[in-house]
Amino acid sequence: MQNNQLIQFTDHGMYVPQADVYIDPWKPVTRALITHAHGDHARWGMKHYLAHEQSIPILKRRLGPQQFESIAYGKPIQINGVEFTFFPAGHVLGSAQIRVAYQGDVWVASGDYKTIDDGISPAFEPVKCHTFITESTFGLPVYNWKPQVDIMEQINAWWRANAAAGKCSVMFAYSLGKAQRILQHLDHHIGQVLVHGSVQNMNEAYEEAGVHLKPTKKVDQSFDKNIFKTALVIAPLSAEGSLWMKKFEPYTTAVASGWMGLRGAKRRDSADMGFVLSDHADWQGLNSAVKATGAQRILVTHGYTAIYAKYLTELGYDAQEVATRFVGEQPEAEKQEEGKEGQP
Amino acid sequence: MKNFVQLFVQIDRTTKTNEKVDALAAYFNEASDEDKLWTIAIFSGRNPKRIVKTTQLKQWAAESAGIPYWLFEECYHIVGDLSETISSILPDYSSASSLTLAQWIKQMQWHEQVAEEIKKKWIVDAWKQFTKEERFVFNKITSGAFRMGVSTKLMVKALSKHTKLHENKIAHRLMGNWNPYTITYQELLFNEDGADELSKPYPFYLAYAVEGEVHELGDISNWQAEYKWDGIRCQFIQRKQQTFIWSRGEDLITEKFPELMAIGNQLKYDAVIDGELIGYKENAVLNFNHLQTRIGRKNVTAKVLQEVPAVIFAYDLLELDGVDMRQKPLVERRALLAKLVEETNVPQLKLSPVVEADTWEQLIQIRSLAREVNSEGLMLKQQQSIYEVGRKKGSWYKWKLDPMSIDAVMIYAMRGSGRRANMYTDYTFAVWNDNGELVPFAKAYSGLTDKEMAAVDAWIKQHTIDKFGPVRSVTPELVFEIGFEGINYSTRHKSGVALRFPRILRWRQDKKKEEADTLATLKTLIK
Repeated sequence: MQNNQLIQFTDHGMYVPQADVYIDPWKPVTRALITHAHGDHARWGMKHYLAHEQSIPILKRRLGPQQFESIAYGKPIQINGVEFTFFPAGHVLGSAQIRVAYQGDVWVASGDYKTIDDGISPAFEPVKCHTFITESTFGLPVYNWKPQVDIMEQINAWWRANAAAGKCSVMFAYSLGKAQRILQHLDHHIGQVLVHGSVQNMNEAYEEAGVHLKPTKKVDQSFDKNIFKTALVIAPLSAEGSLWMKKFEPYTTAVASGWMGLRGAKRRDSADMGFVLSDHADWQGLNSAVKATGAQRILVTHGYTAIYAKYLTELGYDAQEVATRFVGEQPEAEKQEEGKEGQP
Repeated sequence: MKNFVQLFVQIDRTTKTNEKVDALAAYFNEASDEDKLWTIAIFSGRNPKRIVKTTQLKQWAAESAGIPYWLFEECYHIVGDLSETISSILPDYSSASSLTLAQWIKQMQWHEQVAEEIKKKWIVDAWKQFTKEERFVFNKITSGAFRMGVSTKLMVKALSKHTKLHENKIAHRLMGNWNPYTITYQELLFNEDGADELSKPYPFYLAYAVEGEVHELGDISNWQAEYKWDGIRCQFIQRKQQTFIWSRGEDLITEKFPELMAIGNQLKYDAVIDGELIGYKENAVLNFNHLQTRIGRKNVTAKVLQEVPAVIFAYDLLELDGVDMRQKPLVERRALLAKLVEETNVPQLKLSPVVEADTWEQLIQIRSLAREVNSEGLMLKQQQSIYEVGRKKGSWYKWKLDPMSIDAVMIYAMRGSGRRANMYTDYTFAVWNDNGELVPFAKAYSGLTDKEMAAVDAWIKQHTIDKFGPVRSVTPELVFEIGFEGINYSTRHKSGVALRFPRILRWRQDKKKEEADTLATLKTLIK
């Protein structure tokens, strides 16, 4: 990438030289703008953080007690003549696309995003720009999400059947974003919704950010075992197979992830059920987002970068793949690491 | 079709045998005879005839989805399954077809001979009437590729529940040469004097491997030991002047081995013999890969007949003069078999010799030398055992030699399919030649744990040198111990050797690539 670019890809991350700030840097820097609070985007060790106001309660819990500057959606700030504006990315609470404008040149770094409204995170808003930096986690035409209401219906049906059979339902999902999205759309008449400590931690952050979640309880020793028989427990993927699970016996497990759309991944996963639910854009979502920006140049990061960039090139875009250290939604290998997000 | 798809989803969702059997039995209770017949046919590998080529399917699917062909190919590499790729790239339409499984297959038959344009329209229209799951199943059926986690054993159990017939009876009924296009469900399961009866083989009795110490099997005098031959396990059937040879995979291989007709001509009684078909020349058993050259061949030439003559080593006698012998004890069957082989007196039929030993120690010694006679190890059979149906524990065991092994370096990786889709799990391995170059000699995919597989997959993605379609060349660095059952010279492989059943024994994380074995070492293993 040439040196005169507004945003450059360096070994520390995406860099805006004119303003001397980084977006989602992966090595310690002085000034970091954070698109959202997932561990591969919000890392530990920056001197100054700037993030959307609803990200702050989450960042505090994940990165520890330090100063975070906050910003609202749609409110531009100037840094050395460069204008930065945060717009909703619809990925998780507080997730943002960052619009960077300087002397008429407009870029948007979108972080992770999804184009459908999940009912909790402010919905994705297309932003006009010249250069659009897009993820491509699910950048293949085989990934097509069903409407959220259909998937939640499947999950509720699964829970209802388990409850009727006296089996505890354990749902594995990312503790930030996916967990809250699921619990908010569950049919709480079926039974009690219980959460793992790390989900509880994130729920508190959501509440602090002003999101009113449906009532859940954190799992602890005080529960009568009978309550588990009709309960649904939301736990991070790292809890799978751990001793913590023992108390729920008899139980059955499920994973909610975009990867469950493919049979191979579903069969490899040790969970009993797979629900196709992702906080990332599917194929149609990516294409509609790219189109809506009106951008001519598209930089494709984490995911099926080469394939998606080639596809966009054939459509007439000036598209390139860019290597970053973002990981998006993880199919398997690194999922054990989720609990350690953000630590050095 | 909806019921069948629902059955598929239920079976696919669980790994528990009981749940699968229950789902199948419930389906059989509801389904029509026609649907039952086709379900049995499909689950036992008797797929309806394929009516389209995969390249046609790929093109039509890419076109229907409005994506370029190369993108379809990329998706296919990643998904690892053609039917699934097609079902995934098209929208998840609502289910609009009320045709049954048998009706769909009938339609398929009508479209076998029609012009390509008509065939295309039929398939593309069908895709639009289906949900994603329905489309997946439909594609599996039309491409003749339906394979799923239903073993014959499992289906036999479910059918037994449904029909109240004994499991062994059903297992036998489902064997052999029946054709779902011509037979009815009633004929298949209940009609015992149909046209196919003459050729019908018995279900093979399959042994488990010895677990733990062989001494634990008790008094050696209760056991009969035989060599385990590495050929084609088969049933030789002689009934009413007709000869049929079935492989264990239920392929009729009679015509591939015309020299074995001599056995049928000489037999004084109708008989069904369980044995091993092997290459045999100058009083010695040939290595399996000689026989392999005959399996794939369309025409049996005089040259082949001379180079790799086939014989049957008889293990067991299942039927004699029209009488089912399977419930008699092995000693009795063996005595009758010995007599039959002797009286028949043709060089193509030999009695597989019993290995005599007074103690387990002696037998261990004999087994360790099994490779010298081109055998894979020993079989242990209880003298009083009946001939069971399918894989059963208890009275028969296989007691194979440990595989040969070698340390090799991974140099290429390919995405797997099915359970291994979207992950690099199929590897090509190399050893060092005299010039210090790595020469590929084997491909293998099985043997790693899921955790190791994920770790190696992640490593490959970070250490890719080059990509060629689904294959990546990787930095030669990781060392694996490769096990195999046999090795021989081969002109088809760059390394000059061909392995039998190569698989990964373990990932040698303790070894550097320099410590991998050499081609010269590998060749010393050729006998």
